[in-house]
Order: sequence, then C-alpha cells, then structure tokens
Amino acid sequence: MDELLTLLEKDGRQTPQQLATMLGRAEQDVVADIARYESEHIILGYPTLIDWTKTDDELVTALIEVRIAPQRGDGFDRIAERIYQYEEVESLYLMSGAYDLAVTITGRSLREVAEFVHARLAIIEGVTGTATHFILKKYKEKNHIFPKLPEQEERLLFI
Amino acid sequence: MIDYNSVLSPRVKGIAPSGIRKFFDLLENMHSSDAISLGVGEPDFVTPWHIRDAGIYALEKGFTKYTSNAGLMELRREISKYLYRRFNLSYDPARQIVVTVGGSEGIDLAVRAVVSEGDEVIVPVPSFVCYGPIVAMAGGVPVYVETRAADEFRLTPEALRAAITPRTKMVVLPFPNNPTGGIMERRDLEALAEVLRGTDILVLSDEIYAELTYGGHHVSMANLPDMAERTLVVNGFSKSHAMTGWRMGYLCGPEPLIKQMLKIHQYAIMCAPTTSQYAAVEAMRSGDHDVETMRKDYDYRRRFLLDKLRAAGLECFEPRGAFYMFPSIRSTGMTSAEFCERFLVEEHVAAIPGNAFGQGGEGFVRMCYASSLQNLSESMDRLERFLAKIR
Repeated sequence: MDELLTLLEKDGRQTPQQLATMLGRAEQDVVADIARYESEHIILGYPTLIDWTKTDDELVTALIEVRIAPQRGDGFDRIAERIYQYEEVESLYLMSGAYDLAVTITGRSLREVAEFVHARLAIIEGVTGTATHFILKKYKEKNHIFPKLPEQEERLLFI
Repeated sequence: MIDYNSVLSPRVKGIAPSGIRKFFDLLENMHSSDAISLGVGEPDFVTPWHIRDAGIYALEKGFTKYTSNAGLMELRREISKYLYRRFNLSYDPARQIVVTVGGSEGIDLAVRAVVSEGDEVIVPVPSFVCYGPIVAMAGGVPVYVETRAADEFRLTPEALRAAITPRTKMVVLPFPNNPTGGIMERRDLEALAEVLRGTDILVLSDEIYAELTYGGHHVSMANLPDMAERTLVVNGFSKSHAMTGWRMGYLCGPEPLIKQMLKIHQYAIMCAPTTSQYAAVEAMRSGDHDVETMRKDYDYRRRFLLDKLRAAGLECFEPRGAFYMFPSIRSTGMTSAEFCERFLVEEHVAAIPGNAFGQGGEGFVRMCYASSLQNLSESMDRLERFLAKIR
C-alpha cells in the first residue's frame, strides 16, 4: 500500500514537510505526489471525524437498504445517481446480497429522515422497496473508537 | 529492634541506587496535566486485540494451572519456528528454549548459571541498567566498556579485546541498543567473533529489540559460524508485540547451558504465567503483521524526531534500532541530570539523563519515541523554546 496515502488517511492535517521527513523523502516529491493524487481524484477530500453526540447538535443517522430494478443499459448507476445527488445522502454503496443499495443519511430529526425516505427515496422510479435502520450509537468509525478508553494508572518505573 | 543493616546482604546493599532517584521524585510530584513523558521505554500501542483475546480465551477455558517449567511445548515450538522464520536461528523447542518472565529473567538465568565469585562479565555501556547489578548479585564483576557516538555506539573489536582478562566469562551484546539505538551489523559481529573464537567466553545476546531494526534486518551473533555454541539469545514479546505487562520472554542456547539455567528457573519462578503463554502462542502464530505495522509506525516517528532534534540544534546520532533517540546535550553546557531536571520542571517534558545508562552516557539524554506524533511534536516545540531560553 502507498505509504503516503496511508499516512494521509490517518491524519490529513500533516504537512508535506512532516510527511516527507517521516517517509525519508524529499518534500517537493511529496507535494507533487499529493497534487497528482488530488487531480486524479485518488484523494477526494480531507474531512474531519467528529463525535456530534458531544455537541449540542442533535443529529440522527439512518442506514437505508434500497432494493431497485436495474435498468437496461444503465444497470444500477442511473438510479444511484438520482439518490446520491441529494445533499442529505452521506454515503451510497452498491451491495451484494439481499438488497442493492446501502444509503446512509443524516438529518436533524427522525421526522426529517423519515420524510426523506418516503417523500424522496421511495418514489424514485425503479426503487422497489426500502428498509430504514436508525443508528443508535457509533462505537467506531474510520478506525477511531468513539468512547474514550480508560487509561492505565500512572507508573513510576525505570526501563 | 532488628538491625536491618546487619541483616541485609552486603551484596545487595552494594548495588548502587539508581542515580536518578532525585529525578524520579520530581516526576512523581509532577501533576501537571500537560506533562509529556518520553521517559518510559515501552510501546505506546496496546497489545493487538487478537493476542489479548487469546489470553482471555485461555482464562475462559480454565487454563489456569502451571505449565511445564520450560513453558508450554506449543509455545516453545512456535518460538522455534518464529526464530527460524525471522532470524534464521535454529533452536530445538524441547531442549534449547526456556520461556521466561520477560527478557529480564532470561538475562538473570544466563548470568547466574555461569558467573561465579570474581568472574568478569563485559558490559558495553551506555546500555540497559540491569546487567551490572545482576552480575554483581551473582558475585561477579561487571567490566564496563564504553561505546562512542563516533563508532555509532557499536562495540569495537579493539575495545572488546582490551577488556578481556583470564577471568572474563561472558560478554553482553545489548543490540539493538537501549538507550543509544545503535545496532551491530554482520560485519561488526564478525569482527567480535574473530576475537572470541578459540576462547571459552560466552556471549549473552540481548535481542529484545531485534524486530525494531530500521533500514536493514537484525543479525544475531548466533547466526555467525561457530558462534551458536557460545551464544545465549534473550528475546521476548514486550517490545516487538507491545506486550510489556504480560511479562513474556525466552532464553535460547546450547543444551548443556540451558539445562542448568532451567534449574534456576524451576526453583525461582516455576513457570511463566500461563495466561500470558497462551497469548504469546497467538502472537507467534499470527502476529508478524502487527510487528511489521508497528515497526513502520516507529520508523515514521524515528525520522520525525531525529529531524526535529537536529533542527533544534542538538547533535544526534541516527539510531538504527529500538525506539530511542540519544541526542547530545553538551552544547547546552549542562550535565544530563541538570538538563533533564530543568526540562521537566520548566517545560513538563520527561526524558532520562544519559548517565543513568552507565559511563559514556553523560552528556546525552534518552528520549523514547514510542509516543504519539502529537506528543512528539509538542515536546519538540517545548524543546526549542527551552533551548532558546538557555542559550
């Protein structure tokens, strides 16, 4: 695996200079690589992982299973496109198994999410069924554990 | 009233208390929330989950009895396979491997089985603090040989030859080295082997940091022609698999030596903790990937910290093993102890004075980079501020 990408995936805020030092490479090479990854859309963005439950904002996330009838020529893509254009849609995956698309959306309330499902998603032509699951608690995302783990007591030792 | 002073063994009383006691008292009373410790030499990783899970599983199944003295046969077999796979070392699990309570016990067994009153053991310094006291407790005499930054903290054949006397029983090879990060490459070991061939001097090769070698592969003295017969290899799980608290190590060597060392182990320890041994089996079987991932991560931080130390104007040898930086602080005009004390009190960063690791360590400080990048970065900012203030 590309070490530069692996490091950036862990922490996108590291400077090219720091990355270059850690990888034992020249800074301008790292800068050039990052620019290329960005232009080739290998790097899509640098979002921040936030535990919203610790803020005052109330947010509701749902995972929606969507079954669809694939269309001639376009397969699943055209319907997927019609779904992911909605701002509320956080992620969209084509799945193998019992359903076709997995959609996650985040809204400010249960009602907002429900509304999205029945007023927007369910009525898209080709969508034959949906099943909405609300996410009750996030334990881990992108390798980060949400609850703070207890730490071992401070020790005095010499090694 | 008992006169404890007359009750205690002169040998134990003779062991010098740690020279950094005062420093520790400071550390103990440091309750600052922004304190950063680069002092303790252990991985900042938690033991990989599959290994912890194997320990839990062993408890659930009720595997809570003693194992055989030398350790679970299953574990010794896995250790044997691992040593062959990783370092091309061949040891018979039935006769040449003892599972010990950490690498430290392996060192103790090796020294106690070999050293008698007045025997000399050559100990390169700076190095881990236990060798001298263990030799002294066995009635032996540690003969310290300084390694130098100019030699990349390697033990040179000249220095070894000069330290050998008719009483020399053993030479300790603590490489990759704590605290310097120095390593011995094949040609360096070959030069030492040349000095030792034809003598009865044993080698105690402490290879606890073997997996943490950067830009090359660790070579053991036991890999060299005719050297396995005189070499005792100490290794363990603490540093490589982030398992310090499990206390798991092992000692390997020629059967006639191991047989005697096992006697000490069986009377003093009985056997290494059973739960830990089951966890260690899992570590040997499916832990190679964890080791690789952690080494890579240490390597990033190694380069990062080296760059920062040098940028701050401290002279620093590039460590090729373990997870320590050993910068020289001579340019500050302070002693190691003064530097560490002031750095701790004024900037709340703990590092260890180099002289704690023996002669030749004065003028240096040890910083452990098994700490988060964030901590390392913050401590280097503070170092810059500190240096600007005192210069």
